[in-house]
Amino acid sequence: MNQDSLLILEDTFKKYYFDNFDLLHVPNDSHEREFAYKKFNSKLYRHIALKSDKELHLLLMTQVPSDVYCSNARYSFPTLSMNAKDWQNADLIFDIDSKDLQLQCRNSHTCIKCLDCNAFSTSNSKCHKCNSHRFKVIVLLCKYCIAAAKKEAKKLCILLINNLGINKQNIFVYFSGNDGFHIHVNDSQYQLLGSRERADIVDYITLRDGSTINNNNRPEIKNSTKLKYNQTRIGVVSNNTEIKNTSSVIKTNVKTVEKNTQYVIKSIIDPNVTTDIHRIFRLPGSINSKSGMSKVLCKNLNLFDPLYDACFIDDCPTQILASCPIRFRLKDKKFGPFENERITVPKYVAIYMICKGLAEISQL
Amino acid sequence: MLNLGTDEIIKYPFLAEAKAYLKDKGFTLEQFVNDPDHKFIIDIAYDRIKYAANGEIYPSIYKNNINKSSLLPREIFSFIIAVVLLKMSHANILIKKFALSEARRAEKYLEKDLEAKIDIHSDNIREQLEYKVNQQELAIKIIKELFSVDIHKNHDDHFIITVPDYLRHAIHFHELEWKLVNRYVHHGFVFLTPHETVRLLRRKIDQYISSRIHSVEVTSIKHSLQNYINNIIVMAQKFVVPASTSTEYPPCIKHALDVLKNGKNLSHSGRFLLATFLLGHNKSITEIVSLFKNAPDYNERTTLYQINHLAGLSGSRTKYNCPSCQKIKIHNLCFATSECNNITNPFQFKSNNEPR
Repeated sequence: MNQDSLLILEDTFKKYYFDNFDLLHVPNDSHEREFAYKKFNSKLYRHIALKSDKELHLLLMTQVPSDVYCSNARYSFPTLSMNAKDWQNADLIFDIDSKDLQLQCRNSHTCIKCLDCNAFSTSNSKCHKCNSHRFKVIVLLCKYCIAAAKKEAKKLCILLINNLGINKQNIFVYFSGNDGFHIHVNDSQYQLLGSRERADIVDYITLRDGSTINNNNRPEIKNSTKLKYNQTRIGVVSNNTEIKNTSSVIKTNVKTVEKNTQYVIKSIIDPNVTTDIHRIFRLPGSINSKSGMSKVLCKNLNLFDPLYDACFIDDCPTQILASCPIRFRLKDKKFGPFENERITVPKYVAIYMICKGLAEISQL
Repeated sequence: MLNLGTDEIIKYPFLAEAKAYLKDKGFTLEQFVNDPDHKFIIDIAYDRIKYAANGEIYPSIYKNNINKSSLLPREIFSFIIAVVLLKMSHANILIKKFALSEARRAEKYLEKDLEAKIDIHSDNIREQLEYKVNQQELAIKIIKELFSVDIHKNHDDHFIITVPDYLRHAIHFHELEWKLVNRYVHHGFVFLTPHETVRLLRRKIDQYISSRIHSVEVTSIKHSLQNYINNIIVMAQKFVVPASTSTEYPPCIKHALDVLKNGKNLSHSGRFLLATFLLGHNKSITEIVSLFKNAPDYNERTTLYQINHLAGLSGSRTKYNCPSCQKIKIHNLCFATSECNNITNPFQFKSNNEPR
């Protein structure tokens, strides 16, 4: 990234933070949390204490971070090294990432940047110019991916409420700022669970290790339990309108029920995120430097559109030198493809492309 | 505080404060030692230890409808005297085996109390129902007060436990049936049968009984008990495993060997690690089986079967390999030192004395 691109990112991020203090808050129990931040082209600064919103806002103004994080865990001594922090508990957090959904549209909005010759290409296996296999994968925002991730988030929320008994008021769905959603569960009896217990919850949600119950080894009561189990999970789906004629599914034999439920009732989450009880997560309200969009709370997931609801940068015309082999859409406008072209675009597009590594600020 | 009747003390003798209970009933330890009429209780206590040493459960003759006064000496005093004998013998390995055997016995009663079956052909169904409810309530109370686990009776014959509580206990099992994904879960509760409820709490029951036995204080050895004590010491010697002095083992394997040497419970993953590592180092099945003799739940037949299975000599004929350091870390069995030198499998370990 050239110096001018760096400067515009810092200026834009600083302006965003200054204008949107009301979006950026430390959690209520901030004295127990570990904070961290990264500056542009710099390392990660960890084990930081922020006791109030004022301290957070001061940090944003003085350091102008590219990314800001806060731990899901609460510690007795959050500023000490990991071994000395004295872990108390941690919010249960799930990460739904579009890349894990393996959608067919993926290739159409993915390109690569060769690390040897800097050429861009749509191939996803090697550089089309120098055949190098050393490349960076760049994925652009796609409405189908976001819609699919939303669907997973909804299924997850219903599983959390109906099956795991978590109060709806304690579940917060955030757009991650890039390519998915973070689902935070605060203030629940699950906070004290360790990593192994959380791994079992992940397996429950993703249906991993779900075994076929052997009727010979279990009393008859299990048969009814099994049916109930499937019905509950089918219920989840029926609420979500994936299977419309639920009752007809239940009437079929158990094997068919199992087949159908395997397909519909799981939610695809990143297992490593949920099982990590010492992780730092992007602070709600902060900008994701991978995209220039913010991590924001989705008050109404159905209506949420990241292009409008998470993009807070203005549309002041900005000149960039762009290289992007694929066409993409931001705020109902189509852009690209560009082949090392000097163009003028709204600032939010310029920032998005610079963050993605598809453009640089161009000085005449 | 639990208010226990004779029934409960007979079924769960570890709940009684030993000394206070003897005193309360007008007995002293000396009476059992010196009075020939009470000698049979010491013999029963000794038998109780023998059953435990053989990995068996002491066969109780307790039934709801028989005269409880005649059962008191056999069922309660024999337990208390057995603990005294074990403590005097300082036979830690037998104390562990005894605690485990008593835990299995308690499990059977807890399960029966939770089930509380009734005979529908009987004339006194109303009385039976009342009894059933009382038994279930008491069992639930015992589980809550002793093991700090809240379970509730569901409207059918199931018991429910919150998902977090369930997970805290279920993660210690390696069988897939205990995974949450294979359970009926609804509104934050996991549904369990009486058998599963008790089985889930097995570790808690073991720990509770062990701690109760360890808390009993025995001051001096009564001369007339010396013969029993000598016999118990001889019995314990059967379980002594020759200490392994090898320095070529990595710290995770040394730790597993130490756990077994001290008669503590090694987790399933720990056992798997140790057995596959030693099999890979061409140790004989007999040698490996003998290392597990000290495990509190040791059963020669089962251990032999399992080691044979890991060696690929039975079942699917798959020979299992030693797990990687990464997997060992996940199971909290890694005790890496600088000697490990960033190896990725215990098999790559070379001690400082070996050429690298």
